Amino acid sequence: MTDQPTFADELARLEALVRQLEGGELNLDQALKLFEEGVQRLRVARELLERSEQEVRRVIREADGSLGEHDLEV
Amino acid sequence: MGEVDLFSAAPGAADAALSVVEVTRRARQLIDAGFARVWVRGEISSFKSYRSGHWYFSLRDAEAQVRCVMWRTDNERLPAPEDGQQVFAFVQPTVWEERGEFRLTVRQLLPSTSDGAWERELAKAKAALQQDGLLDPARKRALPRYPQRIAVVTSPDGAALHDIVAVLRKRWPVARVLVVPVRVQGETAEREVVRGLKLVAELDADVVIVGRGGGSKEDLWTFNREAVARAVAAVPVPVVSAVGHETDSTLTDLVADVRAATPSAAAELVAPDRVAIIGMVDTYARRLAQGLSGRVTLGLQRLARSGDRLNAAMDRRMDRSRHRLGEAAARLDALSPLRVLERGFAVARDHEGRVLSHVADFGADPFTLTVRDGRIAARPVR
Repeated sequence: MTDQPTFADELARLEALVRQLEGGELNLDQALKLFEEGVQRLRVARELLERSEQEVRRVIREADGSLGEHDLEV
Repeated sequence: MGEVDLFSAAPGAADAALSVVEVTRRARQLIDAGFARVWVRGEISSFKSYRSGHWYFSLRDAEAQVRCVMWRTDNERLPAPEDGQQVFAFVQPTVWEERGEFRLTVRQLLPSTSDGAWERELAKAKAALQQDGLLDPARKRALPRYPQRIAVVTSPDGAALHDIVAVLRKRWPVARVLVVPVRVQGETAEREVVRGLKLVAELDADVVIVGRGGGSKEDLWTFNREAVARAVAAVPVPVVSAVGHETDSTLTDLVADVRAATPSAAAELVAPDRVAIIGMVDTYARRLAQGLSGRVTLGLQRLARSGDRLNAAMDRRMDRSRHRLGEAAARLDALSPLRVLERGFAVARDHEGRVLSHVADFGADPFTLTVRDGRIAARPVR
């Protein structure tokens, strides 16, 4: 698996931030920190969601045994 | 008869005319010599079992038919087939001299829909999978909610891939589709599908769709092969089977984590609806903004209540916080449609409506705090 946070991770963290911000006792400083992180996560999630060109790749085993991805028109 | 060539008799040489039996015999000899025994697939019609125990029937498909005989010695252990039944027949083509009729001598007959060799093999494979726990419902894995890499093991030219991509384009273009091209019917299909499923392990995919569009039972049989079912079970990520058929489940369906009736249905199961997810993210954004503004209001109320007991350090901290809040709000503002934060600010004003933004602005007089849903009267505690 990749090391990059997945879309699911982003949403889960966002959900946690929202819940923390809505409940519990936070001082303004903590609230701002959560908020700022939330804005960052929102941006990442929205960028992903705005991707509208689906990439379709054909995967084949190359002669040297590696995997090759090639664009595929469907 | 010697070396007479059926097709070289000189025309007009009436003296050399063959008898009927001679011509039909030669035809039989040509056919017998020219045809090895073969398997033929077709539908039984005009079936008749004679007192002698021999069976006579026709095999046909949409375009042709041929008369068949199956001798008692070959059929005596078999249940009689019925008209309309699909069968596989192992036959020797020949010519029935007495009638001058091309016909098939059937040596073996396998119903293709029940009790046949295929079904026996299927039952055996199923038992073996069961024994190994591969049919255990507890094995079934949940599909990922937001797949980013979707592998599809199917024919690159088939309708199945077209349907899957069409649905994914509409619902979830966020994901990359990784097509592993394989033949899904014919002799090499089993091997290719198994190899394709193994390759998926190297793809870092979140989920896999394996299948093909609808076809005859024979066309779909690849997905009843034990090796294919085992390859499905061995895929390290959840597998959705999409073998286009309405009735029986294939072994692949039984082993897969989720069975879809069609390739389109598989794509719907795998992909969330982007529009719904955008709505969800917007809701998070709104709640985030409201959550923060709630805190800010509380902070300002406390500030107001604390009045001159706030020391200078606290004041500076509040200023810094307000500054950061302003920056954050500006960024949030850029994230249309979020402008709700402002609605959550508490604004303190004196009786003339002037904004009170510093401790020094507050005198002894009452003031009003405007919050999200109205105004409240407040008074510094001095």
